This record gives sequence, C-alpha cells and structure tokens, in this order.
Amino acid sequence: MKKFFKDKEHLVRMAALFAGGIALFVIARAVLVPKGFGLYGHYRAGALADNMAKPLVHAGRAACGECHTDKKDELSKGKHAGIGCEACHGALARHAADPSEVKPAKPEPKTLCLRCHTTNVAKPAKFPQIDPKTHMDGADCHGCHASHAPDKEPKP
Amino acid sequence: MTSDRRDFLLTAGKLLLVTGPAAAFLEAAESGKEMEPKYRMADHYWGMIIDIKKCIGCGNCVRADKSENNVPLEPFYFRTWVERYHIEGGWSEHPDVDSPNGGYDGFPEKYPAGDGAKSFFVPKLCNQCAHSPCTQVCPVGATFETPDGAVLVDKSYCLGCRYCIQACPYGCRYIHPASETVDKCNLCYHRITKGLTTACCEACPTGARQLVDLKDPKDPVHEFLRTHTVQVLKPHMATGSKMYYANLDGTVR
Repeated sequence: MKKFFKDKEHLVRMAALFAGGIALFVIARAVLVPKGFGLYGHYRAGALADNMAKPLVHAGRAACGECHTDKKDELSKGKHAGIGCEACHGALARHAADPSEVKPAKPEPKTLCLRCHTTNVAKPAKFPQIDPKTHMDGADCHGCHASHAPDKEPKP
Repeated sequence: MTSDRRDFLLTAGKLLLVTGPAAAFLEAAESGKEMEPKYRMADHYWGMIIDIKKCIGCGNCVRADKSENNVPLEPFYFRTWVERYHIEGGWSEHPDVDSPNGGYDGFPEKYPAGDGAKSFFVPKLCNQCAHSPCTQVCPVGATFETPDGAVLVDKSYCLGCRYCIQACPYGCRYIHPASETVDKCNLCYHRITKGLTTACCEACPTGARQLVDLKDPKDPVHEFLRTHTVQVLKPHMATGSKMYYANLDGTVR
C-alpha cells in the first residue's frame, strides 16, 4: 500500500495544475463573455435593447393627428387619404416632441406633386400621371387641386 | 376584550361592505399595470408585404429610411432601395435593371412610352430571413435572428469582418463608414417595438409596403396572403425570407 502511494506528490501537483487551469478558464470566461450572452441564442441579449434605444425621427401619422385634427379630416375625405403626413412633410418627430420650438418648413408643392405624379412607363398604368410640360402648360398645381384632397378644388 | 353577538355581526357586516370596493380597487390597479405599453417579444413575428403593382418609384422609402437610421447619403449606402426593371419582349434572363442613387431622387424617365416592354419598380430591403445565411457566418454572434422575427446587428460586438456582407444573397448589408461596423435594415426595431410602423412604410404614399405581424390574428396580412399571388426573393436559397412580394415577376433577382 505504502509503495502504491510513493509517488503521490506527482498526482497532487498534476491535480493542482488542472484545478488552476479550470479556475483560470472559469474566471476568464466570466470576464470575457458579456452579460446576457446566450439568453435567447448565440448573441448578447442586451443588443435588442440597444436596437430599441435609437431615438425616433419620424413621429408617425397618429402623433400628427393629435393636434392637426382639421388637416386629418381634410385628408381623410380625399384621394390622398391613405398617405402619411411625413410622406410629404418630411420627418417631424422633433416637431411632435416640441411643437413650439421646432417648426417644420413648408413643403414646396410642385416638387412634391411631380415626385409621384410625373409620367413614367414603369409606374402602374392606373396610377394618375401627368407630363409636367404639357399638363395645364405647367401651371401651379394648387390652382386646381387641394393638396390634402387633390380630387377637390382648393379652398379660396 | 369583550364582545357580544351584536358587535360581532356589526363588524362582520362592515367588513363585507368594504370587500367589494377593495376588490374593484385592486383589480383596477392590476389592470393599470397591464395597460402599460410593454413590448412582449413572444406576441409578435414581423414581416412585410410588398405589392409591386402599387410601387410608383417615388423614392420616399429610401429618403425616409436614410433620415430615420442615419444612413450616409453617398449613393452606395442603402438599407432599402428601389430597382427599376425594364424587360423587352416580356421575359429575359438578363433584364435591364437600374437604380439611380437607389431611387433616392426618384426615377427620371429613361424609356420611351409605348415601347412594348414590361416595366416595373421593385423595392428591396433586408428580407429578415428566418434562416439567414448572414447570421450563420458571423464568427462572434454579432448578428442574429430575434425571437420576434427581426435580424439585428449588435454594433458593440461587430468586428467589421464583412463575412455577413458576402453571405447575404440579397446584398442588404454595408459597412457604416463612421463606426466601421456592419449596418443593415433592422426593420426599424426602435419603432415597431413602440407600436409604430417602420419609417419606409410610414412614408410610402401608395401602401406598396406594409409592415405585418404574422402572430397577430387580426392583422390583414392573413387575408392578403390568402387572396394574392405571393412570392419571396430567391426562394431556391431557402432563406426563410419574410418579405412577401405580391405580383412579383419571375425575372426579378
């Protein structure tokens, strides 16, 4: 029996080396692997919150309608009913957050109208299109069409 | 303390009266807690329907996306872009495709009217694949599919190794010059988790794109998928794309 354990010192040293190695691995892993990694899959769960945290730039049509009820009504009765406010007026989350401080620029009507309604063979045939050179000799769109409800005449 | 039967009954009666309002108050407090706008991932599974017949190539989606997500304005950084297809004879292995500045400035007329060719616009963006090739090649787990069906990038973890850019069969990724990490459409994750639609859908004037929640039984997407001819891009690659294109021509790559 005594002979069997005569080289036990070697075993103890080996075991200590392994234990040290495992401890080092566990500590290194705890330090290097970020918090929440592996909660949903092979990625950092906190990345979802990072993606959510970005500030809004477009407020959304519901936010516009909270104050501009008259425009909302006008829009809902015409051919432009399905269009969001920011499709023409641009991104306005900053205006929605602080309406008195940040004032949106008034959109330039002709550029906006022609952006969608200029003829193009790739456009769906049913979509209303005009050639700006020949249609009413290039007159101002708002002479005949109300911008929020273009199938109606503008209010004087 | 001494109490007779009369006292006992009086106290018990008072307590009985109090329980009703107390229960109602507790219920209101509890339901108030539930009414808080809290996003539950398990309740959603996001996708998009894109109707080719409605796209007019105005470029509103491209502009809205660039402003919402700080995409550089150079004509080679896009999270979403619009392509114009022009196919003489109706079918071609190599259709004529162009996308001037990704459609950011619209599409100036290039073809004569009535030339008999088939012509249409195809809006493109990250397909939010359920089995994304891009997430499979990431060596560090910096890009991944979320349980609610979005493919996101962990900017703080991305090495910028560009493997995913090569892996994406739809060409939807780029290296953002400011951070030197990869960037792509994240389906406006900051918006959809707040109950808003994506910036591109918000700005689309014809409703050619619509964000859909496939887990919401009331979402019109279910009716749409039943009643329309729907296809995904590159179906042979089995990416599990969740961008459902209606009226998509077979020549589109």
